[in-house]
Amino acid sequence: MNQLIVDIKKKSFSTGADSQELTVLKNLSFELSDTEFVCLIGPSGCGKTTLLNIIAGLDDDFNGSININSGHHAVPPSYVFQSPRLLPWRTVLENIQLAINDHDSLPLITHILQQLGLGNNLHSYPNHLSLGMQRRVSLARAFCTPSNLLLMDEPFVSLDQAIARKARELLLSLWREQPRNILFVTHDLDEAYTLADRILFLSNAPTRIIDDIKITLPRAERSENQVSAFKEQLRTNHPALQAFL
Amino acid sequence: MPRSSFLNSTLSLGLMLLIWQLTASTINSPVLPSPLLVFNNLLNAIQTGELPRHLGITLYRLTISFFLAMFLGTAIGLILGRHKELNLFFDSWLIILLNVPALVTIILCYIWFGLVETAAIVAVVINKLPNVIVTIREGARNLDTQLLEMASAYRFSPASTLFHVILPQLYPYIMASARTGLALIWKIILVVEMLGRSDGMGFQIHLFFQLFDITSILAYTVSFIIIIQLIEVAILKPLDQRSQRWK
Repeated sequence: MNQLIVDIKKKSFSTGADSQELTVLKNLSFELSDTEFVCLIGPSGCGKTTLLNIIAGLDDDFNGSININSGHHAVPPSYVFQSPRLLPWRTVLENIQLAINDHDSLPLITHILQQLGLGNNLHSYPNHLSLGMQRRVSLARAFCTPSNLLLMDEPFVSLDQAIARKARELLLSLWREQPRNILFVTHDLDEAYTLADRILFLSNAPTRIIDDIKITLPRAERSENQVSAFKEQLRTNHPALQAFL
Repeated sequence: MPRSSFLNSTLSLGLMLLIWQLTASTINSPVLPSPLLVFNNLLNAIQTGELPRHLGITLYRLTISFFLAMFLGTAIGLILGRHKELNLFFDSWLIILLNVPALVTIILCYIWFGLVETAAIVAVVINKLPNVIVTIREGARNLDTQLLEMASAYRFSPASTLFHVILPQLYPYIMASARTGLALIWKIILVVEMLGRSDGMGFQIHLFFQLFDITSILAYTVSFIIIIQLIEVAILKPLDQRSQRWK
């Protein structure tokens, strides 16, 4: 049983000199349970990263509550940031070991790195790897932590199409092997459609959830034709989502 | 190109020695002894054990005050760099410390603590400390917040965050203040020894000044310069190279 319950009443920033309050998130609530893969999609600047930071516990200046129920042990969510955020002065292996705080899990780390095609790079420094490889290391770091919730903030942005597709496949196969709830932020509806069990559509700031759409079609059958069909269906049944199509 | 840089410094040092030799033989006066004379004097001072003893004592004081100043300066600089209010509050203290003449701190330390070893070391540390603080504070202000966020998302322990996230970023600043610090401490420590100690390089040089023994003054200076070069080549450069592996 693992569950994430997000219930944010209000999150605001005070802006600059005149100390005006800018409300970013308002009455935003949703739940994830039992190894769900949920994509969050919304216009840029609507506070998606703010939302993830709140869930990750990096920002506790808000009204509302975040509950992560993960059964017996409380492990913080793991987080894949928009940029890889690896320590450049530590090797790939050291980066992962520092994050999981446990030096006995070498077999697991090696296994995951091999899955991601980084089996020969355990002792490389991040700056000696390509950006795509660095992103895979940060993915490996997230999956090596025994957490029940994985937060991902547009992790495949700025990768070219072919590499991004490969990265998504790797993500799904890792997820099947190490199931957990995933909350995946993206601005790309096609990407969301290929990955998600559910898509949450966010409004402009002050951000709330406009719509919550379940995708029942198995992932293997989600071809390009299906994406267009899905969009067509959204257009007719959910006129509020026009801006996303 | 280590070979050509070695050749370069040999040639340049050779030229300096040549100019020294020429000037010495032209003016032919005890005020400027020739390099050979100074070298003989140096060998002699090493053989009698006088030079190693005083050099050893000075090096011992240098080591202690250097590490004290670096340790305290890094800690304080890091705290001031990360806390705006504290920094605003203590900034004026720092400016005062930076601008008090070295001689004044030395004399005050001797008056307050007496002519003892502690006073000497404290005087050197106080002179060096503000420079370290200012340099490290600059580094601490420029820490990468993205990496700090990552460390906090993955619940790094405070020690892990310090040793794996913060200190590696401060490393260039620490090295810079170590280099300038070494040079500054050398200069101050001699004055400290001259004013209130009965051993060490500063005391000896003061003694030679009273005896008007210029050859010995130069011999001691040369031994000094050699030690500094050794520290640079044997300690600082390898440290630099080791820390650059990841680049």
